[in-house]
Amino acid sequence: MEAAMGLMRRMPPKHVETALSALLSLMPDHSSDLLSQVDQPLQVLCDVDCGKEFILCEYNRDADSYRSPWSNKYHPSLEDGPYPSPELRKLEIEANEVFAIYRDQYYEGGISSVYMWEDENDGFVSCFLIKKDGSKSGQGRRGYLQEGAWDAIHVIEVGPEEEGMAHYCLTSTVMLSLTTNNELSGTFNLSGSIRRQMNMDLSVADGHLCNMGKMIEEMEGKLRNSLDQVYFGKTKEMVCTLRPPSELLQMKLPES
Amino acid sequence: MYNSRQRMAEEDETQEPELSDKQKKEIAKWFLLNSPAGEIQYVAKDIRSVLNDDNVYNAAASEAFPLYNKSHMMCLKMPGKSEDVLVTSFGEIDENDYLDPRTAQVVTVDHVKQVCTEVRPASDEELPSPYIEDYRCALDAEIMKYVNEAYPKGICSVYCVRGKDVEEPGSDFELVVVISATRHSPQNFCNGSWRSVWNIEFKDEVQIMDVSGIVQVGAHYFEEGNVQLDAKHECKDSTLFQSPDDSAISLTNIIRHQETEYLAALQASYSNLPDTTFKDLRRKLPVTRTLFPWHNTLQFSLTRDITKELGIGK
Repeated sequence: MEAAMGLMRRMPPKHVETALSALLSLMPDHSSDLLSQVDQPLQVLCDVDCGKEFILCEYNRDADSYRSPWSNKYHPSLEDGPYPSPELRKLEIEANEVFAIYRDQYYEGGISSVYMWEDENDGFVSCFLIKKDGSKSGQGRRGYLQEGAWDAIHVIEVGPEEEGMAHYCLTSTVMLSLTTNNELSGTFNLSGSIRRQMNMDLSVADGHLCNMGKMIEEMEGKLRNSLDQVYFGKTKEMVCTLRPPSELLQMKLPES
Repeated sequence: MYNSRQRMAEEDETQEPELSDKQKKEIAKWFLLNSPAGEIQYVAKDIRSVLNDDNVYNAAASEAFPLYNKSHMMCLKMPGKSEDVLVTSFGEIDENDYLDPRTAQVVTVDHVKQVCTEVRPASDEELPSPYIEDYRCALDAEIMKYVNEAYPKGICSVYCVRGKDVEEPGSDFELVVVISATRHSPQNFCNGSWRSVWNIEFKDEVQIMDVSGIVQVGAHYFEEGNVQLDAKHECKDSTLFQSPDDSAISLTNIIRHQETEYLAALQASYSNLPDTTFKDLRRKLPVTRTLFPWHNTLQFSLTRDITKELGIGK
């Protein structure tokens, strides 16, 4: 399993789906481990009753059906799929509405979904997902990207309320790929995925949704910056190490 | 929720048909061939462990390593000498034997171990004619000067890929310039490679040299994550067919110019990222330039208040 995860860290991120399905066929005994530990770009289905799309993931799946956060129904329909309790469903509905607005503010498009379910410890788990296609043929407003995809998965485990406080454990994964294509620079593709965790104990006075929302917003900001400055920055540094820009070379000559 | 997921996974396990050895070999080859520069040995170790079948692994490795090594222009030390030799399809005599035009030596290579096992002088049939060698050698010398200037750790070679037996003016021939630079820092979780291949067609009738180049740059950073750069650029140019020395100089100027321009374009692509390109995926902040107002959390009024505050619902 460790070897499998090692492979996933080295394969080109844009081939993650092929790599995962290759591993699943080589290691069928480990399929549940692989599916839960390896992140893949998100898929989408249309809820025909509501005319809205929703995101598919392990957290809204049962057998081969997926539960829509809009209608709360399984597609294709299931006889006895699991559902959140009515109270949690209320929170789930509100989360989907508010998160859609958040998503619009930051992503200027895209699709989002939130799923919640009770866990065994008197708390609950919620999963916030965003999928954005930023390519110029998708929803890329400025038309820079020939291809652009951002998939974010935020899973928050919320502990039971104790003395007005609750413990929140957020695990976030962002997968992204962007490609520009023009005369001068040819094809330029950066892609990758990172995963981070954040733990907080917060007062429930403002409500779970507010607490979770703020954590996600902070995390997404950090991940975006980290990807841009650290991760992409390191690849840029590498390129300039392989072949330094001419200004640097000219600066060196007098010394040698 | 968890129970039904596990149930699903268990159903998968029993339904999954057993793969044939051939299928497993193809999958292993895929992983090996897609290894980033400098990482094939690590990938090999992992895929061998996952496969748990050395026969299949060895078959896959024997097919994948030669392809990978050639495509990545593997650079090896010649046994008993200080020179390096590049393993590329342009110098391939047969799968395990590669010509180094500069030293007129042929090396034998163990692809899976990625080492040179033997070296011998090249035979006359393997080398170009003196007429061609004049051009090849002059170009090689100029390119070496350029590479030593521009690349801290670059290796280069010039091959004749067509017309190597042409003895005098009156026929076309083709040379290929290969430049390779790699940096492996596994302790810093970072590896990268720059590969340039410049095809030069010497067209006798029109007395023109047509240049077409492909530059491929890759980088992989994998400290607590996995991010890769994959960039490629193609370009064309032409210049007059001249004497070997003059041709070498004008060709090298073209290559130097094109590669410098490309590097500048790459840097520009990177500078555009934070505020321009990335924005099409996700903004740094909403248009309001403030964080999202989660604080209005009175249950159902949350949506109404936010909608009002942000002026949406137009």
